[in-house]
Parts: sequence; C-alpha cells; structure tokens
Amino acid sequence: MDFQVIWFVLIAVLFIGYFILEGFDFGVGILMPLISKDDTDRRVVINTIGPFWDGNEVWLITAGGAMFAAFPHWYATLFSGFYIPLFLMLVALILRAVGFEFRSKKKEVWWRRTFDQFIFWGSLIPALLWGVAFTNIVQGLPIGADMNFTGNLLHILNPYALLGGIVAVLMFVLHGALFLSLRTTDKLKERAEKAASVLWVPIAVITATFAILGYWQTVLFEGLGLVPGSFPTLAILSFISCFVFIKLKMQGYAFAAMAGTILLGTAVVFYGLFPNVMPSSLDAAYSLTVYNASSSQLTLKIMSIVALFFVPIVMAYQGWSYYVFSKRVSRDAIPRD
Amino acid sequence: MELVEIARWQFGITTVYHFLFSPLTMGLAVLTAILHTFYYRTNSEHYKLLTKYFGKLFIIIFALGVVTGIVLEFQFGMAWSEYSRFVGDIFGIPLAIEALMAFFLESTFIAVWLFGWGRLPKGVHLLSIWLVALGSNLSALWIIIANAWMQVPLGYVLNEGRAELSDFVAVMLNEQMLVMAQHTIIAAFVTGGLFMLGISAWQILRKNQADIFIKSAHIALVFTTVSALLVATTGHKHAQHTVKNQPMKMAAMEGLWESEKPASFSLFAIIDQENQTTRREFKLPYMLTVLAYNNLTSEVKGMKELQAEYEEAYGPGNYVPPVNIVYWSFRLMVGLGMLFILFGIGGLVLWWRNELEDNRVYLKLATVVMFLPLLANSLGWIVTEMGRQPWIVYGLMLTQDGVSPNVSRGSMLLTTIVFTLLYGILAAVAVYLVHRFARPGVPEDSEKMMHAY
Repeated sequence: MDFQVIWFVLIAVLFIGYFILEGFDFGVGILMPLISKDDTDRRVVINTIGPFWDGNEVWLITAGGAMFAAFPHWYATLFSGFYIPLFLMLVALILRAVGFEFRSKKKEVWWRRTFDQFIFWGSLIPALLWGVAFTNIVQGLPIGADMNFTGNLLHILNPYALLGGIVAVLMFVLHGALFLSLRTTDKLKERAEKAASVLWVPIAVITATFAILGYWQTVLFEGLGLVPGSFPTLAILSFISCFVFIKLKMQGYAFAAMAGTILLGTAVVFYGLFPNVMPSSLDAAYSLTVYNASSSQLTLKIMSIVALFFVPIVMAYQGWSYYVFSKRVSRDAIPRD
Repeated sequence: MELVEIARWQFGITTVYHFLFSPLTMGLAVLTAILHTFYYRTNSEHYKLLTKYFGKLFIIIFALGVVTGIVLEFQFGMAWSEYSRFVGDIFGIPLAIEALMAFFLESTFIAVWLFGWGRLPKGVHLLSIWLVALGSNLSALWIIIANAWMQVPLGYVLNEGRAELSDFVAVMLNEQMLVMAQHTIIAAFVTGGLFMLGISAWQILRKNQADIFIKSAHIALVFTTVSALLVATTGHKHAQHTVKNQPMKMAAMEGLWESEKPASFSLFAIIDQENQTTRREFKLPYMLTVLAYNNLTSEVKGMKELQAEYEEAYGPGNYVPPVNIVYWSFRLMVGLGMLFILFGIGGLVLWWRNELEDNRVYLKLATVVMFLPLLANSLGWIVTEMGRQPWIVYGLMLTQDGVSPNVSRGSMLLTTIVFTLLYGILAAVAVYLVHRFARPGVPEDSEKMMHAY
C-alpha cells in the first residue's frame, strides 16, 4: 500500500475522531440553553464537557496539521476555497471557547446570558459549517487547472449543502443529548433522555432525505449503483440500533451506537471520495487526488512513523482522562456564586 | 492596499496578538508547576494556595492562547495558499507534530490538573501540571522549527515548483532553530517570571497576604534573573547566526549601509531608507563586530553591498527590508532585555539585604515592569519577520508570491477588521478578568471544584 493511502485513511480517522468527540460537545453546547431550567442547570451542562472540549478540539488542529503535512494541495485548496466559511467557523470557535471559560466568572445575569449566546451559536455554526463543507466536497467544486477553487460564497451555500449542514447539526444534537444522559443526574438526565427519544424520528427522516438526494447530488454513489455498499448499510444499522437502545433505556449503548453512526457516516464520505480528495466539477482532470495533492514519499514516510508512535499514546492518555472524569455531574457539585 | 499587504497585516495582527499570550502561558505553566512542586515537597498550605491562585490566572490567559492559536494554523491555508503549496512538504511536518505531541498533551492535562484537585493521587496530580508545562514549551519548539526553516531553508530540493524534503535531520537540527528556540523559550520564562513578580509585588504593596506573596516573589525573582541572563547570552548567539545566514537582516538591524571592519554598534540613528543614508548616529566602536562574530576584527557587510550581491544572485529587485522598523525594534528589545537583567539583580540585592518587602519603589516598579516583556517579545518577532522581508522563505520565495490568489481583497479586509476588533474586545475582557481574580489574593481553600465552568 502506498503512503498516500495510509495518510488518506489517517486523515479520515482524525476527522472521524474529531466529529465523534467534538460532535457531542457541539451538541451539548446547542442543547445547553434549551434543556436547562436555571443557571445551575446550565453550569452542570457545561461542566459535563468541562474537562474534555479543549482536548476534543485538538483533533481538528491535528487533522489540519496532518492535511498540511501530508497533502499540502488539499490543505491549500480547501482552506483558501472555503475562506469565508472557515473564517466564520474560527470566530464561532473563539467565542465558544471564551464562553466556556468566562461565563461563570461573574454572576451578573447579562454577563452570563451574553456568554451563553456565544456557547450556543459557537457550537451551532461550526457544526452547520462542517456539514456544508463536506457536502460541498462530495458535490464536487469548481476547481480550475491551477488547483484553486473558483466559485463564490453563494456556490458554497447551495440548498443541498445547507441541508447537509442541518443534518450535521441534528446528528450532533442527538449525540450531545445521549452524552448528557450519561453525564448528568436526576431531572436533567430525564430531560436529556427525553430529548434523544423525541428527536430520533425527525432526524432520521431528514437524514434519509439527504442521503437519497445524494444519489443525484453527489459523486459518492457513482461507483456504487442503486444498492448501497457496506459502509452505508452499517451506518444505517448503527443508527437504527441507536433508536432501539434509546427505547430500551440503555443510554451507554445508545451513545456508542451514535458514535458508530458518525464514524460510519464519515467513512461513507471518505470511502466514496477515494482516490479523489477534492473532486472538480469543471473537469475530472482538475480533481485533487491523493496522488497529485500529496507530499513527497520521504515526508509521508517520516510522518507515518511519527503518527504510528504518537497517535496510540494520545489515545491512551485522552481515554484515561475520560475515565478519570467519568463520574456524573450533579447540581451539588457546582460551587455557589 | 494590495491583497498581499492586507494579508500581511492580518498575519501580523493575529500572530502578535497570539504571542502576547503564548509566552505568558509557557512561563506561567513552568512557574505554577514549580509552586506545585514546593507544595508537594513541603506540604505547606501557603504553596498550595499560591499554586491555586496562579493556576487560576494561568487558565484565563491559557484560554486566549488556545483560541487564537487555531486561527494561525488555518491562516496558512486560508490566506497564504501558494505559500502552503510551496512549503507544505517540509513546513507541515512540524505543525502536525506540534499538534500530536504538544497540543494534545497540554489540553488534556490542563483539564486533568484543574479538575483533579482531590481526585488524583498527589504525585499524578503534580505530574499533570509538569506535562502542561512540557506541552506548552514543546509547542513553541515545533513552531520555531517551522519558522527557522523560513529563515534558513535547509534539507530540501526544489521539485515541480515546490520545496521537498531531502534531509529531515537537517531541518530538525537547524542551528538557527536551536538558538531561536532557546532565546524564545527562555524569554517566555522571563515573561512569566516578571508577571508573577509583578502580581506578588502588587499584593505586598496592598498589604494583602504579604507573608504568602513574598514567597512567590522570591521564586519569581530567582527564576526571572537567571532566565534574563540566559536570554542575553542566547540572543548574542542568535546574532552570530543571523549575520552568517541572513546578513541583510543584521545590516538592517544596525541601519548599516556601508560595510565596516571592525563594525561599531549603533545606539541612535536617523535612517533615511529612500536615500540609503543614516544620520546623527551615536556608535559604540567595535561592538557590532563583537556582537556578530565575538571578536574584534571581522567585517560586517552593509546593505548596499548586500543588495548588489542579492541582485546578482536573485535578479533585479529590492532586497532591503524596512530598515527603520527593524532597527528600532531591535534597539528597544535589547534595551528591555538589559533592563530585565538589572531589575532582577536589583531585586535579588534587596532580598539579600532583607529590604524587598519594604522597598515600595521597587515593588511599584515591578507592577509596571511586568508588562514590558510582552512588548519585548513582540519586538523580537518583528525584527525576525520584518527583517526577513521581502522573502517569505529566505532566498526561495517572495512574500508577495505566497498569498492566496483566489481570495478577494474585500474578504481579506473584512476578516482582518473583524479579527482585530474581536481580539481587541477579548483582550479587554481578559485583562479585566485577570485583574478581578488577582485582586482578592489567594482563595480560601475548599475541596469544592477549584475550577468549575
């Protein structure tokens, strides 16, 4: 196997890790104002992801860095092409992080309300934009012979891509609700369970619509024909099992099934793209592939050794930190102002 | 303004802003770890309270360092896509390793440390803050490996219009990198040290828990003074590499148009870049030769001679960086560095004489001096980056060729303005919060969550 393929898989893994982990903390951020009855509730909700959200975000930074190192043209085309959406995402991520850090540092209502808005929008906007961005990629983009994106913002914000954004938001909200049901107690836990239970059906309908339209709208199914392949089938099964576990009140399994759904859904995207990374809608010859967008063999080889060494270590200690903070957060744990 | 100029302003503003916070977190992480170690070894309540106190201030600053750092990583691809295509094969490696090796470490263990009071075995808890300190300083090391390659490109071959890696070890062990890294990281220790000293001095002045804060003042003083001396020695080494690898930058740092042998160090000058002259100069004879070569006889080349050499090597063009900015930034940085050394030694002398606690003048000065390293750090980077112009990668790629061709001026301008305003507001909020949390002094100890969102 070439190093290009290894790195394509690794970048897929990094994005999968990012969407599974940051996915639930985006969901928690969006649910925070909706599911809380008072300020203490809000603080409980935020503290469920307190020790994790920053580490989760590093998955994105690593995916970005790995893309830069392994596929410089992919990185350059994607980031310059999506200039404004990524700018909005950066602003949202900044406000969100500041929201977490600063909101409870003062007790005035206006102060907390302001930062609560940052947390809500700062979680919703990046989730939406990731959906929009990946939908655009699988739709194919106007990429010219010089590898540069030639479209404009309206092109990126096309209706199908916006639907993709909504699907991403809803998936993350469900994921977040399930996470909350594992990390909270009493009434909050009940509300989180209820949210997950109510939300599943509408989300399934919207996602199914999105997936079926994908036959016409995206490059993903071109090679597949009518019957979906293994990854889509497993993704559907995983999502259905999530529903079953929710109804059986087996929240841990439901959360795992939801993580599986995100994993498999992202895998559908990456598997369907391969060997392209950014298909051009102007001319297939202009598409960026793992081969014409990649770094040299030496760079890929060195990076492989580095990744082989560090990725397991990172996963081990990050996993350990989840174990250390596995205790549920109750209202009593919140210090009084 | 041209697209490339707006992009440069954006990069300058976002990077300088980020680097107000990064050195503070690098230095404070180490100092907080030292305080925690004192607590671990002595079991003294004072050190525990100090650890928690400075840890709380640390986390506010850390948060801003983190969020402004993501912007930088994205910015290469967003605003400088041609640069990214050209250098990705080499420049991307340290960036990816930085994330894998350093960012995960600091972001995971900062949470473990903050939320870990009372939940973890004491040794593990202490280890976690040291891992944060290690992570934040490692991240500086990797980004400097990346930057050093832009200053002194090594270990590459040009292939299909881009620089490709040919020798990994040469890139990793670039001599320029080694001196830059030492100089930058130790300067961050001075930054953290003077911050801790300033805060402690402020509390002693206010007679608020002076018996506790004198301890952190002592630790900060020793730490700062040693670091400040090392910043000077590593800075000297840095200059010796610069004159060898980037003679034009060195000449600009001195406003030196004509070559001199031996060269004198300029203290004050009025530089006219257009007419390539320098007037009303005060000089220290021999001193530039000492700075650049550590002897009394060598020649330092002037910008006119170098411009001619560069034109021969790279074709017609203007290869002189903006001299005034580089010259004055360098002067001011060196001056501040000297001040920090004197200030540190002065404090140690007062401590030796048992007068530190009562010397109100010194304590008041400390509350002002604590802000100056932020300026000195920025000036250092301005010298390094502006002094490299017109190159983005020295001798290989011009800055104007690195910018994204498909981003409109309007987008670039709009985003630059929004980042600037947003960062301005964030800075104000951060200063307000640090002040608010610093003011009451060390907290009453409780076993409730030390850090709850």
